Amino acid sequence: MQQQFQVDKDFYKKLFTSTFLISAFTIGGGYVIVPLLKAKFVDEYHWLEGDEALNLVAIAQSAPGVVAANAAISMGYRLAGWSGAMVALGATVLPPLLTLSLIAYCYDLFATNSYVQYLLKGMQCGATAIIIKVAWDLLQREYRRQLLLPLLIIGGTFVAHYFFVVNLMYAVILDALIGLFWLRDRKYS
Amino acid sequence: MLYWELFWSFVQVGAFCVGGGYASMPLIQEQVIDIHGWLTMQEFIDIFTISQMTPGPIGINAATFVGTRLAGLPGAIAATAGFVFPSVLIVIFLSHLFYKYGDVAAVRGLLNGLRPAVVALICSAGLGFIILALWNQESIPVEWSRLDWRGCIILPLAFIALQRGLSVIKLLCLSGILGLFLGILGLP
Repeated sequence: MQQQFQVDKDFYKKLFTSTFLISAFTIGGGYVIVPLLKAKFVDEYHWLEGDEALNLVAIAQSAPGVVAANAAISMGYRLAGWSGAMVALGATVLPPLLTLSLIAYCYDLFATNSYVQYLLKGMQCGATAIIIKVAWDLLQREYRRQLLLPLLIIGGTFVAHYFFVVNLMYAVILDALIGLFWLRDRKYS
Repeated sequence: MLYWELFWSFVQVGAFCVGGGYASMPLIQEQVIDIHGWLTMQEFIDIFTISQMTPGPIGINAATFVGTRLAGLPGAIAATAGFVFPSVLIVIFLSHLFYKYGDVAAVRGLLNGLRPAVVALICSAGLGFIILALWNQESIPVEWSRLDWRGCIILPLAFIALQRGLSVIKLLCLSGILGLFLGILGLP
């Protein structure tokens, strides 16, 4: 692989600052952060080719964990190995780490106030609507594909977890094994 | 030791959540509420709500919040580090495989099995959210007489607004204001 750039102090500084700022000012998680990272690294700094960045993002999306952090790891690793991955990951994680620790302290101060409780109650209903919509869209997508085994996994896992309180880890590992043996075909992707 | 427990709990969350932020919520719920009892369902949904409105990935926000509540900034660092630890290993491993072989059927199979599992878990978490919104309690069975009328008003309105394309942040602000308004009205 041809390196188009110099891996030096300046490079790490640029990598850290750009990733940090994108993470700090983007609300909405991976689906918003990833395109911005790509724009910065591909179009502005020309560190990566467009196609290659797409492949790295695909890896980030299919691996477990947070998509934004995964994208930072895969791009950072591609650019400068382990140290690149660590710098990009640190810069992605640091802003939410600082913001949320601050909020957590405030939460303990304000959560017992009854007006704050009314506000939170309303917002909880909003959050519930969001998760219903997410679940509904996902279910519809799986249903439209009309593939039996994934639908059986959905039904079985739901019943096992919600009604029989099966430990999630066992359920998830079992599903992954079912996938390993019977869902290798590309049509399931 | 608390730091280690936090780290290890979130390693398990990070290793099994496939498919972005929402997928991590049921797994965090299992670890933090069901297994360790670190938070109540109420606090957990507050975190989820707050995470929607602050920058950064939801999973990392939740890990930080839980860690801070339990053990301050070091706790937040332990939880977050645990959460991203599996990602680091798996992403770098997958990148290697990708550059060497292009596409790997076994990995594809594993992920194809995990994806429907995550759909099921999100549905299961969603049901818990609905029960808390409408009854202010954490699980079934529920009594119809104890229905929370504020939830019954706000939840359907919020869902309709969302279906009509209202953005997530605006939705949360508006439903918060509606909750405040109905709360001040002060009916039982």
